[in-house]
Amino acid sequence: MRRPLIGFGLAAVALFGVAPLVLGDFRLNLLAKYLCLAIVAVGIGLAWGRGGMLTLGQGVFFGLGGYAMAMHLKLADAGPGELPDFMQLYGQLDELPWWWRPFANPVFAMAATVLLPMLVALLLGLLIFRRRVRGAYFAILSQALCAAFAIFLIGQQGTTGGTNGLTDIRGFFGYDLNDPLNRRTVYFIIAASLLAVLALTWQLIRSRYGELLVAVRDGEERVRFLGYDPANVKLVAYVAAAGMAGLAGALFVPAVGIISPALIGVVPSIEFVIGVAVGGRASLVGPALGAVAVAWAKTALSERAPSAWTYFEGLLFILPIVFLPGGLASLARLRPSWRRRQARIPAEATP
Amino acid sequence: MLKRTMAFVAVAATFATLTACGAKTDESGAASPDGAVIDTSGPTVKVGLLNSLSGTMAISEVTVRDSLQLAIEEINAAGGVLGKQIEAISEDGASDWPTFAEKSGKLISEDKVAAVFGCWTSASRKAVKPVFEKNKALLFYPVQYEGLEQSPYIFYTGATTNQQIVPGLDYLKAQGKTSVYLVGSDYVFPRTANKIIKAYAEANGMKVLGEDYAPLGSTEFSTIVNKVKASGASAVFNTLNGDSNVAFFKEYKSAGLTAGAMPVVSVSIAEEEVKSIGTQYLAGQLTAWNYYQTTEGAANEKFVKAYKAKYGADKPTSDPMEAAYVSVHLWKAMVEKAGTFEVEKVKAASDGITFDAPEGLVTVDGATQHIHKTARIGRIGDDGLITEVWNSGQPVKPDPYLKGYSWATGLS
Repeated sequence: MRRPLIGFGLAAVALFGVAPLVLGDFRLNLLAKYLCLAIVAVGIGLAWGRGGMLTLGQGVFFGLGGYAMAMHLKLADAGPGELPDFMQLYGQLDELPWWWRPFANPVFAMAATVLLPMLVALLLGLLIFRRRVRGAYFAILSQALCAAFAIFLIGQQGTTGGTNGLTDIRGFFGYDLNDPLNRRTVYFIIAASLLAVLALTWQLIRSRYGELLVAVRDGEERVRFLGYDPANVKLVAYVAAAGMAGLAGALFVPAVGIISPALIGVVPSIEFVIGVAVGGRASLVGPALGAVAVAWAKTALSERAPSAWTYFEGLLFILPIVFLPGGLASLARLRPSWRRRQARIPAEATP
Repeated sequence: MLKRTMAFVAVAATFATLTACGAKTDESGAASPDGAVIDTSGPTVKVGLLNSLSGTMAISEVTVRDSLQLAIEEINAAGGVLGKQIEAISEDGASDWPTFAEKSGKLISEDKVAAVFGCWTSASRKAVKPVFEKNKALLFYPVQYEGLEQSPYIFYTGATTNQQIVPGLDYLKAQGKTSVYLVGSDYVFPRTANKIIKAYAEANGMKVLGEDYAPLGSTEFSTIVNKVKASGASAVFNTLNGDSNVAFFKEYKSAGLTAGAMPVVSVSIAEEEVKSIGTQYLAGQLTAWNYYQTTEGAANEKFVKAYKAKYGADKPTSDPMEAAYVSVHLWKAMVEKAGTFEVEKVKAASDGITFDAPEGLVTVDGATQHIHKTARIGRIGDDGLITEVWNSGQPVKPDPYLKGYSWATGLS
């Protein structure tokens, strides 16, 4: 009961206290990007690690959140009544397309970053889980979906920016992103969001629902015979994971200043999952740590060895999965398992 | 416990937000630094090389990196720039646009480089453009592109549309071709290029009989080639990129289409790509560039010889490589004219800088930060080299927004 709270406090101190002091503006901004990926990873940990749904298509939800946010910020940058820069260059339009218009409203856009992915996940989930699609079929389906979404965005160059995506985002709700102070604030918002998402997930997996989700993962038919509908159980985790990916996408935009189809296609969607696998999918902090570790390693390795880093990265993926199937999180658990055994002995002795 | 943790998060977030309130967007330039900080303290000056060394673009971009290093080596051997040896810091853009943005940020703020050379795809350039503008640092971009851009912190040493696509169309028109079919990869360059081609065609009495896009990396071209064949167009304008060209030209040949009956003008196939596609599929087809390995002149002989000596006799030189090579030399000339590495002064000194490049004399146009380049149409030979069949005679003034062309008024 106490330990998670201490861990949570430590994480907060590290993110809010140590990181801003130790890291320069540039590195802190990179950390902000990694933390966005960590938020996606927490969702995948919930859906895959706890719910057994291997979602290879979180890019779709990440993209929906990111585009919703970027569309608002582009409109805000352009000013009232003006078209965003890329539409003037590539589009044949004289006025804003109807589906862009609501995003001019900041409240709508902010709500959409989380609710839109959740809505899409809900509709998809209803179709998929009701029809009892699971395992490899679910993974393939989710992946096909993100490939389709990326291709769709690329084709609509005049209204979505095509392969370029939405770039050159200068302001964040009226604050100039050029200012290092504002970028720091963005980092704090992202760090706080990650902690909030972790707290929420912690509540979810500790609840009765969390037990049920694990039960569905380990024996879906048995849960069905107990009178629960596994489809609904899975749906909640899937929709929650989508919401987290959407939130991460939305926060990614002010941190990095770009959202493009390259960030939401097949490869990035798989990279999200790799981070989770390296960190340990079934634990709470494992996916987040894994995502940050993988992203950090990618930066560090490619800076040290620009022409050979991909080999090291590959090795980095293979080694933990072969030698540490539980991921990085299982390192921390080596000790507690010993402690638990200690604690269990008197408990067994009492009756 | 939920309440406690949530309360903690809320307090932390509010605290963080309240303590840090920076400049608003309307307070222009409140916190922008006065240009990038350049580290010139040591005996060397650092420059960044930003190319994809991994991923789908690596095959092309590695050749550009090699060419940049050749130019740096030459300059260092001749005494460096303002008495300082150039130290190149290479970063991998990994064919991923946000990575390009990340690495350019690193080169500017951590390595404090004097200039960055690189980027290939328009998407990567669009991703790094705000980073360079924000930090007021210099990027030299060496690849032909779709125009419609003029960043104050980018020098474009590749062709803009009026130095490549428009001359290509002029050539087709002069050859009596009255209709074209447009085939391209689905991304910004082909879509924008085709918009320009359609405007040109309309004004010049040419017919555009069809327009098709394949996803980047697509290798399925039977439908598109059948449509091309059925259209009976007198030429094809090809803006496909990368691997797709292999599949397209194989399909083109097996459908019985030939360079004689229906020539294909390509704008993304240079010597390096010819080698990988296979000359048996390409022989006789046309390309539009500003430089070929076979371009005549002492400067090119020297460049080709130096490149082959360093990287191997079987390595061809191509237009983007040459533009990259030129970009380093132009930067050196600008810095020496300015007498300093300071970005604003280098920019101010740029107008009128000339360099006797392998492609012929090039001149920097200070107003657009593009360069005057000679347009050249080439025919691919059986030996894999491209020989010039037409050139513009003199360097063409860059016109990224096509302001000098009445038919292009509706484009931007």
